[in-house]
Order: sequence, then structure tokens, then C-alpha cells
Amino acid sequence: MRKPPLSGIDATAFRNKYRFEARLSGEGGQGVVMGGAILAEAAILHEGRFAVQSPTYGSRVRGGPTKVDVIISNKEIVYPRATDIDFFLCLAQMSFDKYGTDLAGDAIVLVDANLVPRVPSNRHLVYRVPFVEIAKGEMGNVVLSNIIALSVMATLTGIVTHDALWRAIEARVPQKYLELNRRAMELGLDLAARLGEKS
Amino acid sequence: MAKAAIDAGCRFYAGYPITPSSEIAADMSHLLPRVGGVFIQMEDEIASMGAVIGASLAGLKAMTATSGPGFSLKLENIGFACMAEVPCVIVNVMRGGPSTGLPTLPSQGDVMQARWGTHGDHSIIALAPSNLTETYWETVRAFNLAEEYRAPVILLLDEILGHMSERVELPDPSELEIFNRVAPQVPPEAYLPYATSGSHVPPMANFFTGYRYHVTGLTHDLTGFPTEDPEITEALMRRLDAKITDNLNGIIKYEETHLEDADIAIVAYGSVARSARVAVEQAREEGMKVGVFRPVTLWPFPGKQVAHLASHVKGLLVPEMNLGQIVGEVERVAGSTPVVPLNQANGQPIPPSGILTALRYMERK
Repeated sequence: MRKPPLSGIDATAFRNKYRFEARLSGEGGQGVVMGGAILAEAAILHEGRFAVQSPTYGSRVRGGPTKVDVIISNKEIVYPRATDIDFFLCLAQMSFDKYGTDLAGDAIVLVDANLVPRVPSNRHLVYRVPFVEIAKGEMGNVVLSNIIALSVMATLTGIVTHDALWRAIEARVPQKYLELNRRAMELGLDLAARLGEKS
Repeated sequence: MAKAAIDAGCRFYAGYPITPSSEIAADMSHLLPRVGGVFIQMEDEIASMGAVIGASLAGLKAMTATSGPGFSLKLENIGFACMAEVPCVIVNVMRGGPSTGLPTLPSQGDVMQARWGTHGDHSIIALAPSNLTETYWETVRAFNLAEEYRAPVILLLDEILGHMSERVELPDPSELEIFNRVAPQVPPEAYLPYATSGSHVPPMANFFTGYRYHVTGLTHDLTGFPTEDPEITEALMRRLDAKITDNLNGIIKYEETHLEDADIAIVAYGSVARSARVAVEQAREEGMKVGVFRPVTLWPFPGKQVAHLASHVKGLLVPEMNLGQIVGEVERVAGSTPVVPLNQANGQPIPPSGILTALRYMERK
């Protein structure tokens, strides 16, 4: 299930980084914290690397701004929070406004095209994908937005392989939802390929 | 943590869910029934602490987990466990306070509450791990210490540790050293539940094993029945204190990083110690001689070790996610060595950059 990363992005550089920092953000209920756990598990259990996931959320069960920092490294990770972010995923404007800080100069920013309309585009490499609309329309379930986004992220950054990502999903998701998740992963691959055509 | 508790022999959990500790209850509810243990969600924190004490008296290793507001409620019964000498483990995953404060954000605001929260003179053991592998080992150690000293042992985590995931390597449970409470060597008719010989810790008979005795929060004599006799009271109070303060070597644990040649030492614990370690690496790249002293045992505080450290450095920096709690313990033993507090109580972690700035400031002075 692995596709080569996009031209213009040096995925090997990401993989060789001493400390790769990702921040996944959105609003409570979109599955970003779960997405962070899957990403960290993919790196730890299926690629033998070090990873830390450290979530931040408010008291509201659904609807509040939520983020999870995932650090991936070849060495032990001491400080568990992101300070110089390489990859930023955002599925809600309020989370972009609150957590869109600490981005590295060459950070990749991936936002929901409909839900995050206001992005200062001159500073970073910004990709826009209507994740939630696609998850709702093509899969019938908003909660798959995170899986589609992780699949796109894996292509954009090459930080974990799709195979490792899939094995982490398999271990987390109940049997009856596996097929839906597999389709979400493939959808992510297609979307990422189309992003490549544009850039 | 739940796995560590089970591996250490915990077979009873009573609790009332509260963020950011609820994951421990959730995991225990899955794991305990599989090993024949009991999980019970009680009506509140007070009752859950009572249930833990009862289960321990009946012979099970027992624990509960909570956060600040719940810890406040458990404290009365924690005092009972101190007085009646009931082994148990209490986890407090610290969040911002006072009151309901910041339910989902980290803090180290309950350090003094763990030390002095229950009323009356007492010694207490509190452990503060700073990563998840260490959380496993300190949880096992908490149960061992509780059993060895017949005392409540508090595990102080914060929301960052409570909610994060990272890579851990865990031992085979069969390789763990496990300490179980010492049973009486005398028949039931000769058993004095609070009599000691050779150590400050009396042998403990579990309920329903033929030994009948009285357990009370009142000051008691060797039979366990209440007394106001000043000599007996003084002896009890001194023994309860001495069983912990005379065994500091067996209880105190700490880690030193880069202190050999350090001019400035950071005293940091829990998740803040992780920031401190990164700041030290960066400061050393700038040529500063800096190291970290990290108490793993917060109570009893490693005062002797910090005093020794203070006599070898030019300054001590104490970063805490509170308005200054452990810093008072450091100042108490630092002599004439300057102690600089670095405090933040806004629900945000202290980043390495904040500690680095403080180090540069100290270096210039």
C-alpha cells in the first residue's frame, strides 16, 4: 500500500530527522487523539522507532478544540510536547487559531478545505482537502476523517509506511469496521496522489 | 500503571472516575476480573477509599486512583490508613486546582497536599515518576513499600504523564521482586496487632484468618483498642513516624544527570524533569555546566542528598507546575546557596526553553 512521496518534499529527510514533530488537531469527536495514538503505535510497534503521543483537550466531550502532539524519533524522546512542528493537520478553524503555533519554517500544513478557511498561506506549504465532507459523503461517517487524513499524511511525509499505519489501525479497530477503515486508507492514497498532480 | 498494579499483586480496585485518572479505572475494570480480582465503582471518592482500606484489611492488595478534587475527599480515610497501618496505594493524577480548576490540564499543585493533606502529624510516602516505564516500576514499588511499611503510599502523576503514550519495555512479571505483608508468627490468642519486635512495623493478620482484633482511627494501644495514655500515645506517634523516617535509605530514590561538574543544579520531578533534561542538553551546548537532580521519592524528601548537592553548586533552580511547593524543601536544606524558583500554574507544561532562559539568567548573575 505504499506510494512514493510527492515531488518537492524530501520524505527521507523527515524519516532521518532526530525529532519529527506532528500535531494533529480538530474538535472533540473528530478522532484526532485516536489518530495520534494510531500514528504513534505505527511508529513504535511496526517500525521499531521511538514515539510519544501527548494529547490536550478541554472538558467538553465533543466540540471543543483538541490537539495531539506526536513525536517520532530514532532515539528516546525526552520532552513529550511539540516545539518545532514539521507537520500540522487541522480539521477545525478554532483549533488552527489556538494550536497553529510553534510551526517550523518548512512545516507541511494540511487542513480541511471547508472547515479551516483562514490559513496564512504565505509561510508554509499548505494543502487543503475536504476531509470531513469526503468522510461524510463517500464513507457515510465523519469519524473516518482521521484515517483518511493519516493516510494522506503518511504519503506527504513518509514518516511511517502505509503498511505500518494499517497494522496499527487493524489492532485498534473492531473487526466489523475494518473494511470501512481500509477504504478510508485507500481514499487517502488517492487524495494524496491528486495533491501531487496539483503541486 | 494498571498492568504494573496487577503484576505487583493488586487484586482490588475501588474508585470514582475523574479526569485525568479515569483511564486507570477503565483499564483496571478490564484487567482485574481476568485475574480473579475485584473492581468496584463506588458512589464517591470517600467510599472508594473506605472500600480500599477494607479490602486491604481482608488481605488483598488494594488501590484507587483519582485527581485533586477526589484526592481531597480521600484524605480523611488516608489518615485512617496511616493510623490503623493499612497498606494501600493511592494514585493522584494531578490537574490544575484549587477546586475543579483545570480538569484536563496538568499541574503539580498537590505535592504539599500529599504530604500534609490529612490532618495530624504523620509521615507519608509519595512517589513521582517521570516517564511511563518508570511509572510501571514505581507502581510496583508503591505496592511493595505499602506492604513493607504497612502504610498508604501515594503515586503522584500529572495530566501529561497520565494521558501520554510512549514506548515502554516491561519486565516479565515473574521476575519482579514482590514484598508481601509479614504475617504474625503467634497463634490468634497471643496476637497483639500493634506489637513490634525488631522493626517498627507490626506483623499484620488478615481478617477472616482466625485473628480477631480491633481497628480504629483513635489512638490505640498494642491491642488496637483506644487509649489516651500519654506514654502509649507518644510511643505510637513516634513509631508511626520512625517506621518511615528511620528507613530513608529503603524508601528514597532519585536520579542525577550531569551533576559531576555542575555549577547549577536543577531540582525537578515528574514531567517537568523531562523539560529540565532537554534544557540541560541545550545549556551544555552553550557551555554552561548544568545538571539535574530528580527526586523520584518526593516524600520523604531527599533533603540530605539535596543539602550535599547545594554545598557543591553555585545555585539551584527549582521549576514546578505550581506556585512553589518543593522549592520550600530545597530552601530548607540549601544553606547559603541561592535557590531560584521557576513557577507556572496556568495548565501549560513548562517548556525546555523556559528553563533554559532561567539558566542563562542564573549564569549571568
